[in-house]
Amino acid sequence: MQVEEYKPLIVAFCCNWCSYAGADLAGNNRLAYPADVKIIRVPCSCRVNPMFILRAFQRGADGVILCGCHPGDCHYTSGNYFTRRRMALLFSMLDYLGIEKERTRVEWVSAAEGAKFAATMNDFAQTVAKLGKNKRLEDLRCRK
Amino acid sequence: MRKISLSNLDKLFALIAENAKLYIPVDGKNGLASFKLWEDGVQMSNALNTTRSAKDFFFPQTENLMEFKTQGKNIEIIDNRTEKEDFVVFGVRGCDVKSFEILDRVFLSEPIDTYYASRREKGVIVSLACGKPAETCFCKTFGIDPSSPAGDVTAWKTETDLYLKANTEKGEKLLKAVSSVTEECGEDVVEEQKKAINAIMDKLPLKDLSTEKFGAGKTKEYFDSPAWDELSSHCLGCGTCTFVCPTCQCYDIKDFNTGNGVKRFRCWDSCMYSDFTLMAHGNSRLSQKERFRQRFMHKLVYYPDNNDGMFSCVGCGRCLAKCPISMNIVKVMKTLGGKENE
Amino acid sequence: MQKVTREVLLEKAKALLADGTVNRVLGWKKGEFTYDVTPAVFTTVEELDKDFVYGEFCGANFSKYLVKEAKKDGKVLVFLKPCDTYSFNQLLTEHRFDKEKVYAVGIPCDGMVDIDKIKETVSESVLGATRDGDNIVVETLYDGKKTVSREGVLAERCLNCKSKKHVYYDELIGDDGEVLDSNRFDEVEKLEKMSADERYAFWKNELSRCIRCNACRDICPACTCEKCVFGNPNSGVENKAISDSFEEKMFHIIRAFHVAGRCTDCGECSRVCPQHIPLHLLNRKFIKDINSFYGDYQAGEEIGSRAPLVNYTKEDLEPSEAVNKGDE
Repeated sequence: MQVEEYKPLIVAFCCNWCSYAGADLAGNNRLAYPADVKIIRVPCSCRVNPMFILRAFQRGADGVILCGCHPGDCHYTSGNYFTRRRMALLFSMLDYLGIEKERTRVEWVSAAEGAKFAATMNDFAQTVAKLGKNKRLEDLRCRK
Repeated sequence: MRKISLSNLDKLFALIAENAKLYIPVDGKNGLASFKLWEDGVQMSNALNTTRSAKDFFFPQTENLMEFKTQGKNIEIIDNRTEKEDFVVFGVRGCDVKSFEILDRVFLSEPIDTYYASRREKGVIVSLACGKPAETCFCKTFGIDPSSPAGDVTAWKTETDLYLKANTEKGEKLLKAVSSVTEECGEDVVEEQKKAINAIMDKLPLKDLSTEKFGAGKTKEYFDSPAWDELSSHCLGCGTCTFVCPTCQCYDIKDFNTGNGVKRFRCWDSCMYSDFTLMAHGNSRLSQKERFRQRFMHKLVYYPDNNDGMFSCVGCGRCLAKCPISMNIVKVMKTLGGKENE
Repeated sequence: MQKVTREVLLEKAKALLADGTVNRVLGWKKGEFTYDVTPAVFTTVEELDKDFVYGEFCGANFSKYLVKEAKKDGKVLVFLKPCDTYSFNQLLTEHRFDKEKVYAVGIPCDGMVDIDKIKETVSESVLGATRDGDNIVVETLYDGKKTVSREGVLAERCLNCKSKKHVYYDELIGDDGEVLDSNRFDEVEKLEKMSADERYAFWKNELSRCIRCNACRDICPACTCEKCVFGNPNSGVENKAISDSFEEKMFHIIRAFHVAGRCTDCGECSRVCPQHIPLHLLNRKFIKDINSFYGDYQAGEEIGSRAPLVNYTKEDLEPSEAVNKGDE
């Protein structure tokens, strides 16, 4: 039997104005990043409720990354500043509960940074792959 | 009657566990006891009772009913029932044993709840007499004798020995299976203990609580009582009383979307929750007062109405110990019942 | 310091009822035993005389009840311990009730006793418990009277009391105290020093006892949403029971997160938990992180202060730094 190579499932929440455009640019430039990165477009990184992140893990994500405009460049002026505080506290809490801190990340990616987008995703996917399947924050009922 | 030295309890448990899963009360953090699967080295708790009642064994808090998977236009229904194993629950107190009788009337009347029925059939209950009832106990109010609880087997624990007596066929079978570690004995010691327990029961602070004022046919008398306003005024609407109660039997059936199918499960629900009566047309109980009233009227009036006068409370005292605002059925009975009930 | 006794409070309540300052009193009503006091509203002197009590077991924080009480006609008298006043202010900050409808009398407090600790350490069957200086005399059903050190049976939140100072009152009985240097973050630090595996095991064990009764949410003075996300069938996360260990984590993380920056650390959540889950350790983690990331902040200290999660500076630390900082 052929052993299938483990590929982590990654959910990337990308803000509409910067990071989603950055992902677009990465695609246009034929920059490779793992196909297991599933992008969810949100109007602003600030739209991402902590529940979204937990529910991504519940449904089998092995890593969740949140991408938004660089601080100061938010389309809505200050959305990503709030994101930064929320995620700092949430990630610290997840770590406190013993959930591997490498599974969550926030990166600021502008519309011009296609290369950074691809590099970030490659790096994040590699990091998560090293951790293996997400077992501490999964819902057993959702296993395939 | 059979007996076994307490120092040999492990041998008894090991023998029982050979044929069935054995659950016994075990001490946890901060004096919280709970039923745990027995395995070598697990010690039985000396606590009076477990935080959660024993109803979990027959009516678990959540239970998978079935599963659906869809592929194209086909739908596959998967049976994922798990309640087919033999098990023994050891150390159930008289109040909890009585609660099974109350649950039986709900789940075993037509249409029979086969999940519950199957667990009842597979489970053997070994009850344990209460050597030291607590100040919150009022089982006597509901006609329960904690010195000789029902169950398939009744057990009495003394300082040195455990005495066992079978009450049913299932119980006799169990005692036969453990006869190699137990010995035949007389009933003197147990009779002494029964007397001692009954003497304690007469000294408990809630010994005079009476059900006389309640029961079938009292709906009109109490439904519009002005006392409900004050009794319920600070109820938080949490589900603590319902979830620690051995006789609360309401549940909800829900579908969980797993992303690749649907799991249908049932879980305990609480009439204290605002969405308990939420239906397509709206909500029939809009205030916490109505929800609060429902819970106590159900236990003291509606249930007796439908079940030959049997009350749906066993006086275990868990709600007395656990309610965040210390409002409970005793206070309700005393307030509604008037002076004579104090 | 004036000793706060039932008589002192009773006298105050009667006087305020008599001169028409208030038309009802939110207080503690005696129960079946010494320890099971119930929050209640008293409208007459007779009711007060009959059932009003104050003692070692009056730990309930009344601030949240004011959301409902202040909607009624007339002013209500409420007795607030120092920690309750923080919740009071926080609710005012969030415009949850009108303070003109409330007459708040601050009462000094030197801690409340935890009946569960007595039951655990002294006897399972407690008939009564009274204070005798630094001791508590416990009357038990089986072992007669037993004396224990009061400190040994004080509630956890009182052992780590953060402040004896009232941050709000219309009138104060006795003298006001000071904000204290508490050791309330010690337990959090102990957990932080553990390995991730140990922390995971710790929380798995604690949270697995959760029965989802929602008492922690319903008692919380910071949880005053009309409709909770966990009780909303349209939210997609409504769960009445925990069907998988994921749900207990989700519920408790989100519950604590929703009150982060607004939680005054009153400790009601841990007090009411029927399963003794140390929920305050989740709230305190957020408080500790907020203090170390964004500067010291005490919710409820000032009416109208801006909570850290609805605020920012351009120099805030990055989430990746936050996680590493927590490890130090």
